[in-house]
Amino acid sequence: MTTTDPGAATAQPGPQDDVPDFPVPRSCPFSPPQTYAGVRERDALTRVRVHGGKHAWLVARFEDVRTALAHPGASSDARNPAFPALGAGEQQVAAELRPFIRMDPPDHTQVRRMLVGEFTLRRVQALRPEIEAVCAEQVEHLLSRPQPADLVADYANRVSTTVICRLLGVPMEDLEFFRRVTSVSGSRTATAQEVGAALQELFGLLDRLIDLKAVTPGDDLVSRLVNGPLARGEITRTSLLSQIGITLNAGHETSRNAIPLAALDLLRHPDQLDLLRADPSLWPDAVDELLRHLSVADVITLRVATQDIALSVGTIPAGDAFIALLAGANHDPAVFDEPERLDVRRAQRHHVAFGHGVHQCVGQNLGRVELEIALRTLLERVPSLRLAVPESELPMRGASAIFGLDEVPVTW
Amino acid sequence: MVSAAGGGRVLADQDVCVGAGQCARVAPGVFDQADDGLVVLLVRDVPAGEVDAVLDAVDRCPSGAVRLGAPAGGPY
Ligand code: HEM
Ligand code: SF4
Repeated sequence: MTTTDPGAATAQPGPQDDVPDFPVPRSCPFSPPQTYAGVRERDALTRVRVHGGKHAWLVARFEDVRTALAHPGASSDARNPAFPALGAGEQQVAAELRPFIRMDPPDHTQVRRMLVGEFTLRRVQALRPEIEAVCAEQVEHLLSRPQPADLVADYANRVSTTVICRLLGVPMEDLEFFRRVTSVSGSRTATAQEVGAALQELFGLLDRLIDLKAVTPGDDLVSRLVNGPLARGEITRTSLLSQIGITLNAGHETSRNAIPLAALDLLRHPDQLDLLRADPSLWPDAVDELLRHLSVADVITLRVATQDIALSVGTIPAGDAFIALLAGANHDPAVFDEPERLDVRRAQRHHVAFGHGVHQCVGQNLGRVELEIALRTLLERVPSLRLAVPESELPMRGASAIFGLDEVPVTW
Repeated sequence: MVSAAGGGRVLADQDVCVGAGQCARVAPGVFDQADDGLVVLLVRDVPAGEVDAVLDAVDRCPSGAVRLGAPAGGPY
């Protein structure tokens, strides 16, 4: 399966005259960008231009996305000049820091193995009561705010930062500092310098955390890594810092963005919300359906082909960059009946919202539970929750790696 | 291969597993996730009632670590 017929069609620009810019913004927060359907239907690979003028192929069909991401020739290494980074500075930072999300096996495998034990189903189930307590506390905070309140800043961001800090072992007194720093580092409006300064502050905090946990270990992820692999010399301190940094960022920004979007998605489908209220056992399926429907991490899957990768629409030649569109795959009508419809009883959990292949989200079990508890707590405690502005006035994040809304004014 | 009556052999390769836990989520009677995050087989052969769940796990495993082999007694 990994060999390619040399006579098979390789990626041809075909009838594609222009090379559009990528990423493209969404016109509706609850649907993939409008151009994806055309990319999926086209019987050839589509070429786009990313930051800095580099070219990349788009992969948009469900089976192609899975094939491409599981292919041994799909490289995530950001040190490769062809790597299709989406923003300024992104490639340089990733090439220098080498977070494992941008590494290939066997380096990737070594780091990932240090972390998977922290996110097992059992471990995450054990965290449930703690996550419930966090959400209950933060929903009271939301209710204490003047109306309209902001579902992002006053709830989702507080939930996701608290949960990730507890998991890592960041002391609660550093939480506000952490919230401030990550709001800058994840912001689209901040300048490159501001982002750089925020990242430095963040790494300073994590650096002190490593020292702290070596002396006073707790029952947390950083303590176990510091006193395990770091103490045994299996990972350098510099690499450990990067790996903690990516876990923290990937775990925080995804949940922060997914929680408000998912809450709105349910509020605009009252029939679906009624189903959940009548039968709470539907929640796990509903969470997977929301993850599929929203696909917030749509364009995180940037790759370079190091071997030819044969797909249904042609072959990505070795050396070329590609982007596996998770929202494209999750809205493929060949796999999901009426993909635009939110259907909490769909019970088709094999979406690719967490990616596919060796990089498939290491925190997915936590991500699911966090989303479920954050939504249930919010919607049960605040049954009259509603948007305070028309949907069309919601400030959407421009094209960023993780899709989200910057602000969601709500009232109740 | 596996038949609707069950009986196929389940294969799980820890060297390939990336610890995503998909298998244990969809077929908890057949796969478990050890404390180190890697896949552990709870049974050797697919139980009769678990065929669909195991096929689902094979389909979903992101790394190709879980597979179905010939029924026990076969060449595997
Ligand atoms: C709504 C929730 C989430 C979504 C949609 C999501 C999505 C994703 C996706 C699509 C990838 C694959 C990236 C690639 O293939 O290049 C990924 C990887 C990753 N995610 Fe998540 N994620 C979520 C929650 C979390 C949480 C809660 C954590 C940790 C606490 C986390 C940590 C990570 C890490 C560390 C990676 C890199 C894994 C690797 O490269 O092996 N994510 N995530
Ligand atoms: S689904 Fe595959 S990668 Fe994930 S734990 Fe099971 S065997 Fe390992």
